[in-house]
Amino acid sequence: MFEGWDAVVLARAQFAFTMSFHIVFPAFSIGLASYLAVLEALWLWTGREVFINLFNYWLKIFAVAFGMGVVSGIVMSYQFGTNWSAFSDKTGPVIGPLMAYEVLTAFFLEAGFLGVMLFGLERVGHRLHFMATLMVAIGTLISAFWILSANSWMQTPAGYAINAEGQFIAADWFKVIFNPSFPYRLVHMVLAAYLTTALVVGAVGAFHLLRDPHLAGPRVMFSMAMWMATLVAPIQILAGDQHGLNTLEHQPVKIMAMEGHFESHKDGAPLILFGWPDQAAGKVKYAVEIPKLGSLILKHSPDAPMAGLDTVPRENWPPVAITFWSFRIMVGMGVLMLALGLFSLWARWRGTLYHSRLMLMFAIAMAPSGFIAVLAGWITTETGRQPFTVYGLLRTVDSASPLAAPAVASSLIAFIIVYFAVFGAGVVYMLRLMAAAPHQGEQGPSGDKPARAAGITPAAGAARRAAS
Amino acid sequence: MTAAIDIATVWAFIIAFAVFVYVVMDGFDLGLGILFPLFPKKSDRDVIMNSVAPVWDGNETWLVLGGGGLMAAFPLAYAVLMPALYTPMIAMLIGLIFRGVAFEFRWRTRPSERNRWDIPFFAGSLLAALAQGIALGAILQGVHVEGRQYAGGWWDWLTPFSLLTGIAIVIGYALLGATWLVMKTEGGLRDKAYHLSWFLLFAMIGAIGAVSIATPFLHIQYSQRWFTWPGIALTAPVPVAVAAVTVLLLRSLANKRDYQPFFLTLTLFALSYAGLGISMWPYIVPQSITIWQAASPENSQIFMLVGVAVLIPLILGYTGWAYWVFRGKVKAGSGYH
Repeated sequence: MFEGWDAVVLARAQFAFTMSFHIVFPAFSIGLASYLAVLEALWLWTGREVFINLFNYWLKIFAVAFGMGVVSGIVMSYQFGTNWSAFSDKTGPVIGPLMAYEVLTAFFLEAGFLGVMLFGLERVGHRLHFMATLMVAIGTLISAFWILSANSWMQTPAGYAINAEGQFIAADWFKVIFNPSFPYRLVHMVLAAYLTTALVVGAVGAFHLLRDPHLAGPRVMFSMAMWMATLVAPIQILAGDQHGLNTLEHQPVKIMAMEGHFESHKDGAPLILFGWPDQAAGKVKYAVEIPKLGSLILKHSPDAPMAGLDTVPRENWPPVAITFWSFRIMVGMGVLMLALGLFSLWARWRGTLYHSRLMLMFAIAMAPSGFIAVLAGWITTETGRQPFTVYGLLRTVDSASPLAAPAVASSLIAFIIVYFAVFGAGVVYMLRLMAAAPHQGEQGPSGDKPARAAGITPAAGAARRAAS
Repeated sequence: MTAAIDIATVWAFIIAFAVFVYVVMDGFDLGLGILFPLFPKKSDRDVIMNSVAPVWDGNETWLVLGGGGLMAAFPLAYAVLMPALYTPMIAMLIGLIFRGVAFEFRWRTRPSERNRWDIPFFAGSLLAALAQGIALGAILQGVHVEGRQYAGGWWDWLTPFSLLTGIAIVIGYALLGATWLVMKTEGGLRDKAYHLSWFLLFAMIGAIGAVSIATPFLHIQYSQRWFTWPGIALTAPVPVAVAAVTVLLLRSLANKRDYQPFFLTLTLFALSYAGLGISMWPYIVPQSITIWQAASPENSQIFMLVGVAVLIPLILGYTGWAYWVFRGKVKAGSGYH
């Protein structure tokens, strides 16, 4: 079986598959860890019970998401060696230390304090427990810092030299870490994680408000989430624009693919809204375009000339259709998030935030939009880097392990089966937790069974309404 | 000797340390999974899970450090070994997925499906332990290298020797798990763990003996290292110490000193590990690539050494604190979770 397959294509499929599953969990847990820290801080500050109820409610969901992030992350840390050994040999001296620092400064911090955060509130007291929550939240952000630095170095390599063995070595660590695209990618990704979490929190709040608009917990979390969407979505669009300009400067070919610019335009490039990029023919079919707008956005001048893929040798073209479409999906999600934020602002002003069915239904429908945007964004930036692993320097075909196709195909199939079974179950468990509304006396992961049973009695229901 | 050589040596010890801490910390918690079918009562299983739930995640982080550190400090070794160990590595990762998620998933099932994650927890733990042991054997027997790449097939790792080391690690982890339960539990559960520890200890001694006898036959270098001067000065004390620790372990089991068996088992692991180190030194891929050939450039190793020197003590500190918070015997029903 699989004798005729291309081992490199299979290895790429495997990396794309395992990475796409993995990224969803950290994107959610980076945002959720910060949200939990905010909830606990508000509880300690105001003493209002609704905040500790929400904290315990989301902590159980966090525990499930975090566990899945850990195990899918271990796979990533070994996959560089198993499937991309030539890449590991050549880039190990540069990006290996970045990942080692991620383990030392972030993973241990998260893991070391996670147990106390999940199970230790009664054992260590409020202050130490809050410190543990903060450490976990900070750990997730430090983790994002290092892994995005490593990823950005592959996109915009800087501060390196090449030794006699053909390995990349660091000439200047500061330039390696703070390579040109890193600050933009870090800001864009952390904001994406915050938005992703806010949209899930908002949708869960809306789901429960739809049944009872007076529930204290759902009101608080829905309001908080909608403020996040209102404030962060516009900032994210701005950050994305800046990231795009940075890409234009350092990876112009990726921008050509994102924009579908096969041809060069001497006096102003159009903005192609939709169309079907035909890589073989070298043009976008059925294009719907606005003249000059592409140059206006990217060069801030309608008549600025823009080079197209016709200036680039074909063997250096990324897969245009994927890059083009995933970029549009991401942008589309961003526009919807902006709309949700503005709508919530209007509903808030009208005093219908917790009652308007349209508002609540819109928020529920947007639950997966953050995940879709994160995945589409990553597909854009990673596919747009092709056919290189280290942009312009190391080709993907020269990065793979010397493995036969059957070995890679077997492991790919194993991962697909296991991931769908295991993470499918995990998502079901998270949805079950979300399907029950947060209630008074909500318990954390340490002992929710009796409390949950008590929560469904009519008396508790009335009490929880009074608690608002 | 240049400075670069010394730093490579330092890094070899750091990676060895990370892997050993991993074995120490995750060994017992994989062992608990391996022993799971022997404790069919749900209340016992809850206690077993609770005894490790707050710390398992930190335990597995050492494995990530071992892998990440190897890529950073010895990229050539990482690049050669991972494809050579392709199947055991993938099997280990899949095993770790199943057992890792079981910690949280177990508490999220409905009462009617309560045991759904117990079998994946057991099977995942067993698979991960077996794969780690097989990987160890496969490394010891050496891999086929050409240029800077692995040049063997994807089933080269499978030999009687690697199966033997695989089984040996399963037995060893099970003993660590049993002695951990002796330390962390009470009553009938602890008595049963004592009982199991006896059998597992004899099995472990047998496994250590079998691997020790088989190893010198793999390569002439191994037998020269172990049985000729000057190597023998270093190697001779190892079996003597193993015998002494075994006697102490038997006594601690007989006298029911709850805390001793676990730490003595760890000592047994440390001695076996030192024996492996003596066999392999100075190769990182036995008989093919030395630590100096595989080493990263000096500036990569120094850059990380700064971080390691500051952060590892810190990590050990707060990890120790987390264990301290959840110290003592785990009681049925009243624990966390």
